[in-house]
Amino acid sequence: MSGLLSADAWAKVWTYRSTFLLGLLNTVETALFALILAFALGILFGLMATCGSKILRGIARVYVELIQNTPLLLQLCFLYYALAFAGKSLGILVTGIIALGVYTGAYMSEVIRAGIQSIPKGQFEAAHSQGFHYGGMMYHIILPQSIKIILPPMVNQVVNLIKNTSCLYIVGGADLISLTYSFVTGANTGGAYAPAYLVSGLLFFIICFPLSNLASKWENSLKMREKERAVAAAAAAEG
Amino acid sequence: MSTIAASFSMLKNPAIIQYILKGVGFTLVIAVVAVAVGILLGSILAMVRNYCTSGRSRIFKWIASIYIEIFRNTPLLLWIFICLVFCPTPGFLDHKMFGLTTVEVKLLFKAATALVLFTSSVIAEIVRGGLNSVAHGQFEAGHSQGFNIVQIMVHIVLPQAYRNIIPTLLSQVITTIKDSSYLANVAVIELMARTRQLLSSAYAYNGTGQVNVSDVFVLFGVACVIYFVINFSLSCVVRSIQKRRAKQPVLVVKE
Repeated sequence: MSGLLSADAWAKVWTYRSTFLLGLLNTVETALFALILAFALGILFGLMATCGSKILRGIARVYVELIQNTPLLLQLCFLYYALAFAGKSLGILVTGIIALGVYTGAYMSEVIRAGIQSIPKGQFEAAHSQGFHYGGMMYHIILPQSIKIILPPMVNQVVNLIKNTSCLYIVGGADLISLTYSFVTGANTGGAYAPAYLVSGLLFFIICFPLSNLASKWENSLKMREKERAVAAAAAAEG
Repeated sequence: MSTIAASFSMLKNPAIIQYILKGVGFTLVIAVVAVAVGILLGSILAMVRNYCTSGRSRIFKWIASIYIEIFRNTPLLLWIFICLVFCPTPGFLDHKMFGLTTVEVKLLFKAATALVLFTSSVIAEIVRGGLNSVAHGQFEAGHSQGFNIVQIMVHIVLPQAYRNIIPTLLSQVITTIKDSSYLANVAVIELMARTRQLLSSAYAYNGTGQVNVSDVFVLFGVACVIYFVINFSLSCVVRSIQKRRAKQPVLVVKE
């Protein structure tokens, strides 16, 4: 821990500050592209999981179970090595984006499925009776109502996604954690463990804490409102 | 075609199977220990964060909150790296154990410590959810019966809280089994690391003298199936508990 107070170590971190910024940039970039992919997959499979067709529901189920029950690291290595040994390597960044996107997509699809299923059946029937087709019903009636249930857990998934970019280390990625580690173990830069880890942890915390805080506040206010509504309904029933 | 057969022939090698199974054992033990210690630490953290709200004890609430938020908002891998450098190892670990070298035993201890610290922060929030689900009247009832706060916790509140969060805790076991794969970044001990290790030396076992794509599929496929079987059975248990509870008539307490 003595390194935490050593001016030399801090000077080293300051000299190589661009390493940390580059790592942060890579982490944010990876997370951003993976998030876009996860959204697309999440919406697609979330809608499939709630549709009428048994086959589509089955496919969505298999995707979610398969991805959620195996480690992200294994999926990433599987993809990376399979491509590498087949001679079709896409590069670490693209492989990481695909693996992270597919992994987070499974969680997103569960969040969206739960949101859609929380809407009472009467809403679907009412939409049908008004002549809405599937797309119109989802876009105008169902999704606007479920969005407030979907958003808090979705933000939590974004936080997980940002933390999970650290998985790229195993295949030699250039994300924040990987670059921090190569900084503290490098021949010219090594040794400044405590300041380097502190800086990198702080950078993660600065991004993740506001997000997860927002999600839990959101969730709590939702629960409160639900409780109030339940109490009001009970009072009305007692009349 | 022959490379695929060669890859599958590795699975007939009893040494390889034993190597993989040992990894499975380590994965399970690491995860179960992490969750068990995590429940202990997490319960303390959760109670401190929830109930140390008055007067001077508020400082403990702040410490618990800071601990939980720091670990929840930084990646596990960072903590594994930090523990590798800063975590002290007790002297009795200076031996060969469980078929691991001395260095590996120490690495395992350090990395597992990181996993425990990380998991305890997540479990603390789960336990807090359970504590919040216990109606406040339970405290008052306990007080009126002459229980002190420790007795109320141990005999009245915690049993109800744990009962409510059993499904969530089981899901956390799944998450921890998956998280334990992060140990593969620092040591070859558990399933994930052993699979990678096997792949890098597959040329010596598959008889073709080189690593082929089919080796990747066979070895990682086996690991996938093992992880899937363990985690999927656990998630089936979780779902059956939730289903049973949903069917039970809910006791409505009017406040």
